[in-house]
Amino acid sequence: MKSNSLERNQKLRTAGTYLFFIIGSIIMIFPFIWMLLTSFKTVAESMQIPPDFFPAQWIIDNFKDAMASLPFGALYKNTILLIFWRVVCAVAFSSMAGYAFAKLNFKGKNLLFSLVLVQMMLPSQIFITPQYQMLAKLGLTNTIFALVFPGLVSAFGTFFLRQAYMGIPDEISEAAYLDGCNQWQTFVKVMVPLTTSSMAALAVFTAVFAYGDLMWPLIANTDLKMMTLSSGLATLRGQFNTNFPVMMAGSLLAMIPMVVLYLFFQKQFIEGVAMTGGK
Amino acid sequence: MANNSKAGKFAKTEGMWGYIMVAPTIIGLIVLNLYPFIDTLKLSFTKTKPFGFYEFNGLTNYINMFTNADFWRANLNTIYFCLLTVPLGIFLALVVAVMLNTKIKGRTAFRAIFFLPMVVAPAAVAMVWKWMFNTEYGIINTLLGHNVNWITNPNVVMVTCAIVAIWSAIGYDAVLLLSGLQNISKSYYEAASLDGATKIQQFFHITLPMVSPTLFVVMIMRLMSSLKVYDLIYMIVEESNPALTSAQSLMFLFYRESFVAGNKGYGSAVVIWTVLLIGIVTAFQFWGQKKWVNYEV
Repeated sequence: MKSNSLERNQKLRTAGTYLFFIIGSIIMIFPFIWMLLTSFKTVAESMQIPPDFFPAQWIIDNFKDAMASLPFGALYKNTILLIFWRVVCAVAFSSMAGYAFAKLNFKGKNLLFSLVLVQMMLPSQIFITPQYQMLAKLGLTNTIFALVFPGLVSAFGTFFLRQAYMGIPDEISEAAYLDGCNQWQTFVKVMVPLTTSSMAALAVFTAVFAYGDLMWPLIANTDLKMMTLSSGLATLRGQFNTNFPVMMAGSLLAMIPMVVLYLFFQKQFIEGVAMTGGK
Repeated sequence: MANNSKAGKFAKTEGMWGYIMVAPTIIGLIVLNLYPFIDTLKLSFTKTKPFGFYEFNGLTNYINMFTNADFWRANLNTIYFCLLTVPLGIFLALVVAVMLNTKIKGRTAFRAIFFLPMVVAPAAVAMVWKWMFNTEYGIINTLLGHNVNWITNPNVVMVTCAIVAIWSAIGYDAVLLLSGLQNISKSYYEAASLDGATKIQQFFHITLPMVSPTLFVVMIMRLMSSLKVYDLIYMIVEESNPALTSAQSLMFLFYRESFVAGNKGYGSAVVIWTVLLIGIVTAFQFWGQKKWVNYEV
């Protein structure tokens, strides 16, 4: 009798959990579905009250219009280059510094590491104005370098990879130098391969935030051809106040590449962000 | 003996390699962060002149700031935004995380769905919500059967931004909380079940105390990023929006002053103030955590 009611309780609970997830999933996905459906409607259709869920005719004119008002080829290229250089710099320089801070002894190490910690605690906006002025003085605004500039080194990445190297026992590097490796060889051939999962997590984290960043790209590159997908999309916000289908088409074009990557590598994305979590 | 001399040589080069390997990062941090930090501080005591010149003007920026109604309004807006997003957002994220921690089919898929907004640029997220919140033609007002001015009503605009912010962050926070939940040993729940504790009792007496360190980290992080909120508001609220001053956060004010109006000195004072505010709020959090965060076990 009692076990029966327990079983029924368990079933009810499972049903409740599913109901929660189904409603939650609808709330999470609906905006993207609405974006997709709107992007294929005519303006008149999008303003119809009450709205039809599906477009009467799936038209692609909105995508043509979006591509005519934004140079999407250039935006994709700039965004890819920004992500590429940010990731390469963050992973390479942070690996080196993280290893040195974790495993090597040198004078002033703690003082230098405190510089890393202080930078991590300060919000990036406090650096933005002088960073912009440096670039402006050198005439380097509206370049790929300008986009990458604040992310040339990563205090967070240094901290994160230092943690990874701290987890590796000293015996491994000792064994390497007994085998005749010098410091650099020990680092590159033995230590770096041991941190691949941490490096991958840092790469994912850096890429996602470089892609979503809005303030810096808006400030550094004001020439439309040198913008990123995010900042380029932001220029549409005032331009088509009533033409929502074109804005939805533009948004869709801007988000598709990252979403496709995410669908293939969602485990790496989520674990990468969960591992680095806390920033 | 041979080994020793090899080891000695290895140790001797250690310091040199240490400097070589931290050099790019340290030089970068000095040029990109240390110098700009000092420069922002300096700028906050100057007046911006044409042609890139600056003139020292003492505390004028700070006095102007503290006597400016828009500045205090931005403080209130930012704090209001935090109050709207942080408690509710973290509560919902915890519920999602607890649900994801049960053994049900398809949990990986559900986790991926909740996390999805994280990989979409905030600019694109804001665009679609702005469309759904549109007063005349938006789907939300159609469903409500009521014309709410979600974006242009000064009393509502911050709630609108908060809804979008919570929706965007819930999956990210839930994933972090989930990793905290997964570290709780199953044996606690087994023992509690044997003692006849209900699921609700188990949640309050086992789950909540055990996940409190993760909860604290998520809360600090969410609070810091809410105090710095900028991109969503920038996308949702245009310069011509009559509700602009009601939605203007501190970082939005900083951006508009420094890069739209060109008052880099005044903007720097705003950003210095914001950093102080974040520092004070965070210090309070660390002080308050002793009362509710459980580091035992």
